[in-house]
Amino acid sequence: MSGTDAVIDARHLTIRFGAVTAVDDVSFHLDRGELFGFLGPNGSGKTTIIRALCGLIPLTSGDATILGMDVRQHAPDIKQHVGYMSQKFGLYEDLTVQENLNFYAAAYGLSTAAARARIAELLDLTSLHPYFTRRVSQLSGGWKQRLALACAIIHSPEVVFLDEPTAGIDPVARRSLWDLFFQLAGQGVTFFVTTHYMDEAERCGRLGYIYMSKLIALGSVADLQQLPDANPPNTSRLEVESPQVSVLLAQLRQFPGVREATIFGRSIHALVETPAIDNLRAAFPQLTLRTIQPSLEDIFVTLTLHIMGEQK
Amino acid sequence: MTLPTSTPASRHSRIFGLRPVARKEFTHILRDPTTLFFALLIPIIQLFLFGYAVDTNVRQVPTVIFDESHTQESRSLIQAFAASDIFKVTTYVESAPAMYATMRSGRARVAIRIPTDYARNLQQGTTASVLVLVDGSDSSVAGIAVDASTGVALEQSLARIPGLTAQPIEVRPSVLYNPATRSANFFIPGLIAVLLQTMTILLIALSLVRERERGTLEQLTMTPIAPLGLMLGKMIPYGALAFGELCLILTIMRVIFQVPIHGSVFVLLLLSLPFLLTVLGLGLIISTRAHTQAEAFQLSMGTILPSVFLSGYIFQISTMPGFFRAISAVIPARYYIEIIRGIVLRGSSFTDLWRNALILTLMGTAAILLAARAFVKQSTV
Repeated sequence: MSGTDAVIDARHLTIRFGAVTAVDDVSFHLDRGELFGFLGPNGSGKTTIIRALCGLIPLTSGDATILGMDVRQHAPDIKQHVGYMSQKFGLYEDLTVQENLNFYAAAYGLSTAAARARIAELLDLTSLHPYFTRRVSQLSGGWKQRLALACAIIHSPEVVFLDEPTAGIDPVARRSLWDLFFQLAGQGVTFFVTTHYMDEAERCGRLGYIYMSKLIALGSVADLQQLPDANPPNTSRLEVESPQVSVLLAQLRQFPGVREATIFGRSIHALVETPAIDNLRAAFPQLTLRTIQPSLEDIFVTLTLHIMGEQK
Repeated sequence: MTLPTSTPASRHSRIFGLRPVARKEFTHILRDPTTLFFALLIPIIQLFLFGYAVDTNVRQVPTVIFDESHTQESRSLIQAFAASDIFKVTTYVESAPAMYATMRSGRARVAIRIPTDYARNLQQGTTASVLVLVDGSDSSVAGIAVDASTGVALEQSLARIPGLTAQPIEVRPSVLYNPATRSANFFIPGLIAVLLQTMTILLIALSLVRERERGTLEQLTMTPIAPLGLMLGKMIPYGALAFGELCLILTIMRVIFQVPIHGSVFVLLLLSLPFLLTVLGLGLIISTRAHTQAEAFQLSMGTILPSVFLSGYIFQISTMPGFFRAISAVIPARYYIEIIRGIVLRGSSFTDLWRNALILTLMGTAAILLAARAFVKQSTV
């Protein structure tokens, strides 16, 4: 396991449950200290991939290694090197912060002395000191999240899987949790994060987008913006400002040559076939049209619609 | 238990995680005194309710007399009935319709009608008949009342044989092991088995399903805690709790219900451990089947009826149809009821009962391994 090797390496990962293919030929790799965002609709296979990489679900075909260990053969060892945190927290609400940390430290086989030192370290990292003897049920969502993170990394894992870690958390708590992720990534911890929030996705160094069990996009935000499927030929992405966006939205969606239109605050993002742009200008002379780069959401919606179109 | 193939020996043992899980469960139990209190109290309340309710001894059955004879002889017969502990003469009536009305209304369960020719028939040496009506709607009362009235009649008949100063044959049944044939002595030990089982299965099943509902089980599957370690770690605290409850219930049985324990209390407690092992294992199996606490509750309750009706607690196993006898062979309560009745009523020793303990130990071990395997399978889907 040299430091230059990929921390996670998945090659042609396929997982079937009976006749259902939950993960279909997915390949990707993560480097040390990377913060990788994994996106996709519910049920598209995100959690299945995480569980397979932790050795909990057998692979139907393909290969995967974590830190050089084959997930088929080293599941128990992998658990010792991997942290996991989900939106369900995994905390015992009737126990105190201290008791939760102690329990997970023992669950990973830390000695008493090692546990004490590590807990002190994590309390500093997460600023949970004042709540140490408090019961978890008395903590706010943001603090529970921090404690969940502390429990998930109590054994100093090199890889951390975060399954929708910030679902239902207020923006301030969300941001401070992400600051923690970056701090740890700076120390060489590799993060695999699933999320539905586009602002979180934009913070990730690289992204994967899974749809219908297939990985359909992989790369940095800039890479994705250049994807041919996200920018269909002979189309332009326009921003249209209007005081009455909802009225305009209905009109635009009826307009020949407009493929997609959606509201962003007081403007509309539209994907328009290039020949139709002049017709649009003629029909709405009072509007200013600006060509823009697609946002992440634009990209994923276009990719999804593209695949749905192919299936028809 | 075989784990998935080609897994190289992990750094951790098969029961890794037992200690932290057990410590955590103890903390859960102590942290929630209300649940603890009710978990311990409810079996005790039920013991009092059912312990008094299951008194099946038939005594002082309300009896109505319709004496048409009004003679010395008829009065002596009534006297004989009243003298037995079974009958209690509550009403005298002077007409047949009044007698039937008393029975129908339930004010009397037995009616005795002595006809006008009773004394005359006796004096003439012909058979004198007496009508005894028994309310069949309560089968246990009916059977005993019929037997007792036959007995009274027989005694009266023998007494009339001239020159017979002593009864030619007297059968003196003597009941061993429960001389007073107090039904409490018989039923309360069985009741203890059923109450202990229900409480234990419910507590441990709910504890695991609660973790499933709250998502902490998902987190545990990501740690190196071994399935068997998790199961055993859960069993220790709940086993200890059930054992404490057993001691409490036995004390109440002895002190309040005055049921004497003829055998060794130590052997009783020792042989209770295999039963606790089995019911804890059953609870774990239920927890692998149930997805919500409500489901776990229903499944736990579902174990009660077979344990009541097919364990020998109420109906004798030897008189059951072959099919039900076969089922009763796999009901753990059956073996424990034999143990607890044996020790409490007959003073049985370890050598009399070790087979039952062995069967329970095997059942319990199988249940735990089955639950651990089902748990591994579940967490991999």
